[in-house]
Amino acid sequence: MLDGTARPVLWRRARVDFDPVRHRRVLLYPEGTILLNDTAAEILELCDGVRTVNDIADTLGARYATDVRADVVDYLSRLADRELVHDAGA
Amino acid sequence: MPEHRPTTLLAELTHRCPLHCPYCSNPVELVRSRAELSTEEWMRVLGEARALGVLQLGLSGGEPLVRRDLETLVAHARGLGLYSTLVTSALGLTRERAERLTEAGLDHIQISFQDAERESAERIAGTASWDAKHRAAAWVTELGLAFTVNVVLHRANLDHLERIIDMAAALGADRLELANTQYYGWAVENRDALMPTREQVERSEAIVDRAAARYQGRMRIIYVLPDYYSEFPKPCQGGWGAHYIVVAPDGRVLPCHAASQITTLAFDSVRDRSLEWIWEASPAFQAFRGDGWMRDPCRSCARRLVDFGGCRCQAFALTGDAANTDPVCTLSPQRRAIDALLDRSDAPSGEWVYRSMGRPAARAG
Repeated sequence: MLDGTARPVLWRRARVDFDPVRHRRVLLYPEGTILLNDTAAEILELCDGVRTVNDIADTLGARYATDVRADVVDYLSRLADRELVHDAGA
Repeated sequence: MPEHRPTTLLAELTHRCPLHCPYCSNPVELVRSRAELSTEEWMRVLGEARALGVLQLGLSGGEPLVRRDLETLVAHARGLGLYSTLVTSALGLTRERAERLTEAGLDHIQISFQDAERESAERIAGTASWDAKHRAAAWVTELGLAFTVNVVLHRANLDHLERIIDMAAALGADRLELANTQYYGWAVENRDALMPTREQVERSEAIVDRAAARYQGRMRIIYVLPDYYSEFPKPCQGGWGAHYIVVAPDGRVLPCHAASQITTLAFDSVRDRSLEWIWEASPAFQAFRGDGWMRDPCRSCARRLVDFGGCRCQAFALTGDAANTDPVCTLSPQRRAIDALLDRSDAPSGEWVYRSMGRPAARAG
């Protein structure tokens, strides 16, 4: 579980790419592929190891004019459980 | 638009290999080097695979490092946007070659280890290999590649499991795959010598659970259960022809790396047909796709879309008909074939035959 002050960053050997075959962004890592929806891709784009989870939730909340904090925390925590996202501030 | 898009291609670049592991899942009749696909043919296959939807590439064998065009293929894969994994023994790797592969865009390397101490590890591999593997692990972590340690588990190394796990962590692995032997290819020849005892299997699960907690956040441990001990079969590659493509060294295209043992199917080659046609229309890929081919007990089973009836190769090997339920399933009328093998597992271990080109007479144990 990542809290609001964590500074998430994608694991160095995972990467987000655009797949022109599926017209979707994808998260690629050893032996795994996750097809990303637009929201997930936008969350991951903001994971730079500097912004906090709260910052990311504020940015996307403003973009969509709705509170997305719970979704952002939930999504990043699930990736953290799989060790695909780390807290750069830890 | 195809209904199922493949995500993963396992490219078996060669069957040549400096190791002689008795659990090898390669077929007993190995492909000779003169029959291997050329660099240009492999590059075409990678491009066709990407166009079909493949995102993950496994470069495997045999030992893929014996191919001098490996760097060329890695660079081509990176250019196509594939995430590539080198599945290797590490024999033949030099510091310079590891650098060239990294520069070419290799993402991930999986190195096989046989045991936690030299004498046993080299006896299992059938050749001196300890120093080369441990040197390679140091280069790989220095270069920053994603690094998986893979250990095939069996009767001769299961008692060292805790030390194997600690060794992988000390080597700097990001991931540790502990795969109990699956009985295909050479492993079928050696089943009596490789089958763990029930006691070994029970102990190993507890050891893995404790280690997974101990190494949480540092090293991810993936434990592949010995399926003979399971109640239900494994969902082989998410279903036949659903996500996974294997191209054998000679260009034959298979739905799983063990499928060539199903002698009732004919597998088309990328030398004769496009990968797209083989994936979408070839009789071999259609044979067990979806659930229309199933008989009872699978046809009416709530788990038919969970495990897809299990492994077709295992059904063929143990029941003689690839359309039968995987006999691992306790609902299978042929489950007694598995139970008979398990009953033998507590008997003293036999000797094994080492993998080699051509069937060897030499046995060691």
